Amino acid sequence: MSSQATTQPQPRRYLAYARRSLLVSIWFAILTFPIIVIRANTITGTITWRWHNIGWIVGGTFVGSWIWRYFLERKRAGAAATMGPLRQRLAASRAIVAQAVRRPAVARGGIAALLLLVVAFPFVGGMYQTNIMTTALLYVVLGLGLNIIIGLGGMLHIGYIAFYALGAYSYALLNFHFGLNFWLALPVGALVGGLFSLAIGIPVLRLRGDYLAIVTLAFAEITRLVLENWSSLTFGTAGIRNIPRPAIAGIRLTLPQTTTFVYFIMILMVALTIFVVNRLENSRIGRQFVAMKEDFIACQAMGVNIARTKLAALGLGGMWAGLAGVVFAARTTFINPASFTVWESIIVLCTVVLGGMGSIPGVITGALVLILVPEYLRAFAQFRMLLFGAVLVTMMVFRPGGLIQKRRRAYTISAQEKQVAGEIGDPGIQG
Amino acid sequence: MNYFLGLFVSGLTRGSIYALLALGYTMVYGIIELINFAHGEIYMIGAFTALILASVLSIAGLDAISILVIASLVAMIYSAAYGFTMEKIAYKPVRNSQRLSALISAIGMSLFLQNYVRLAQTSNFLPFPTLIPRFGFLQQLTFQVTSAQFVIFVTTTVVMILLTLLIKFTRIGKSMRAASQDKTMAMLLGVNVNRVIALTFIIGSATAALGGVLISSFTGQINFYIGFMAGIKAFVAAVLGGIGSIPGAVLGSFVLGWTESFGAGYISSDYEDVFAFAILVLILIFKPSGLLGRPENKKV
Repeated sequence: MSSQATTQPQPRRYLAYARRSLLVSIWFAILTFPIIVIRANTITGTITWRWHNIGWIVGGTFVGSWIWRYFLERKRAGAAATMGPLRQRLAASRAIVAQAVRRPAVARGGIAALLLLVVAFPFVGGMYQTNIMTTALLYVVLGLGLNIIIGLGGMLHIGYIAFYALGAYSYALLNFHFGLNFWLALPVGALVGGLFSLAIGIPVLRLRGDYLAIVTLAFAEITRLVLENWSSLTFGTAGIRNIPRPAIAGIRLTLPQTTTFVYFIMILMVALTIFVVNRLENSRIGRQFVAMKEDFIACQAMGVNIARTKLAALGLGGMWAGLAGVVFAARTTFINPASFTVWESIIVLCTVVLGGMGSIPGVITGALVLILVPEYLRAFAQFRMLLFGAVLVTMMVFRPGGLIQKRRRAYTISAQEKQVAGEIGDPGIQG
Repeated sequence: MNYFLGLFVSGLTRGSIYALLALGYTMVYGIIELINFAHGEIYMIGAFTALILASVLSIAGLDAISILVIASLVAMIYSAAYGFTMEKIAYKPVRNSQRLSALISAIGMSLFLQNYVRLAQTSNFLPFPTLIPRFGFLQQLTFQVTSAQFVIFVTTTVVMILLTLLIKFTRIGKSMRAASQDKTMAMLLGVNVNRVIALTFIIGSATAALGGVLISSFTGQINFYIGFMAGIKAFVAAVLGGIGSIPGAVLGSFVLGWTESFGAGYISSDYEDVFAFAILVLILIFKPSGLLGRPENKKV
């Protein structure tokens, strides 16, 4: 089909495209007609006809289907075969950038610039911007934590927000009852998150991907429902108020100062997370995670203890959520179960998927894009979730690896080594 | 005793409701091994289509029965079309990639459809017209059975029998079974697997829409979010019964329905959903292949 299309002369190919896109748009016009055009209000008994919407659908799906088909065919033909001049130039410039980054002077300069930007941000951006950035950073930590479970371990976890909730509640409640301060709550929150993640992990050890997904979702819902209904402990839907903000011993901070302070706490936390996840990736256990993700049975055959590896991934992942939860509670000073719905888990999942499963820069980019872009595009705020859905589907169809795809660390054989191998006559490397 | 019977009947109704959805889940899973997260959304779209149509028709002045029949039929056709389109856009292109991709794509589709209806219609609850007429003979029973409950129960039974017959005795059913066992082999033997998968989505979606219409006229209100929880519950039911098995889906649905209704009636109604999930976790721990499912042995 695609090979036929490429051998056809251009005008005829476009005509065929146009015809199919037209058919698609007619199909969608009929398909969406009742829901898009008619609005029935059964309370007042009125019906509104919105005929103009059909124009949007026809136009949108016509263009959309054209683009969709174009990319689908290119994907089928393989990216290399159809690399146009633009993409070639892009690839070339990317190579130049990559080479430049590898030079120590440039890399050092880049890091210094980034550091300067990070430090200057709250003083230049003001309180509102700092707050938004702090939210984005929270999602970076959540994304990186979930990345350990999904990206490295390959377990689809859609109840991740439960550990975030538990972290937040453990700080709020321990503070309320025992006056535990923020700094002590951090390790406690991490511990609670990690332990609960482990506790949930044990019964589901035997389950495969999709079952695991549904069970984790079930656990998250149970957690939320318990938080909602166990009023004597958690104060139910009313939530917990007046959670103290983080403070440096003895010094009272004003609100803008605290905002900046929390921002820097988050920056440190992100740095710590990046450091840990990065070290983890290339450690023995990190390699085991990836092996488990790639091939369950082969991995077991190589002597990896699957149960232990799975639990390690779950526990490590849950810890970050607990940690982030404590900061969340301290920052908003008010928490209730409504902040921890399944859709929050799915937003975190989106950041991981959009950015690139398993890739640290990818997940950071994903979180920043998904949280910051909707904040700055307030006009489109109502379309936010719609777009999230569309992004998930399109990413899976066209770029399942995410925006910044993970590169595997691979051994490269230098020319010298090849030569040596050739002299010895190792058939494995020669070819 | 009447309290018990009341709970029993309400559990039966819930079970029948879940069954209408669980059948679609189980069929799709049986063939392409995908949790179709957006299945609940198809059900919601079916209910909305019926609501819109019923409002238009009642202004046109039709009587209740013909409105019910026309609205259900059109809702089924539309939902089937949505299911078909969804499969072509979101699932077919990822069929050969990792399973995680298909699952994430399904979650995306679910999110998209929910918000599509929210933006195009409303985010508030809308009262759903009572389309099902009152039956006289139900009034004579000692315990309370509403007409809607009766219709839901009968419909579920009929649909289950029809689907079982379809899968056991027809040509298309045979190709479905073949495709679910081994897609490549089925293709080699001349089964048009793409068509079989599309048809599975169409049948599953139409069943879901039927469920949507009946359930909404039973509960009396709908909004854009009803599909999500119903979808999750139905999936739980399908897993309980052993995913991929049609009688299993129905059995699982009844087990789930009774668990919820007795749990809520005798223990606490606050934790209704917790009971549902708890039984799912228990069954998966002790019998990972479900009540009627075959254990799956993976060959290397």
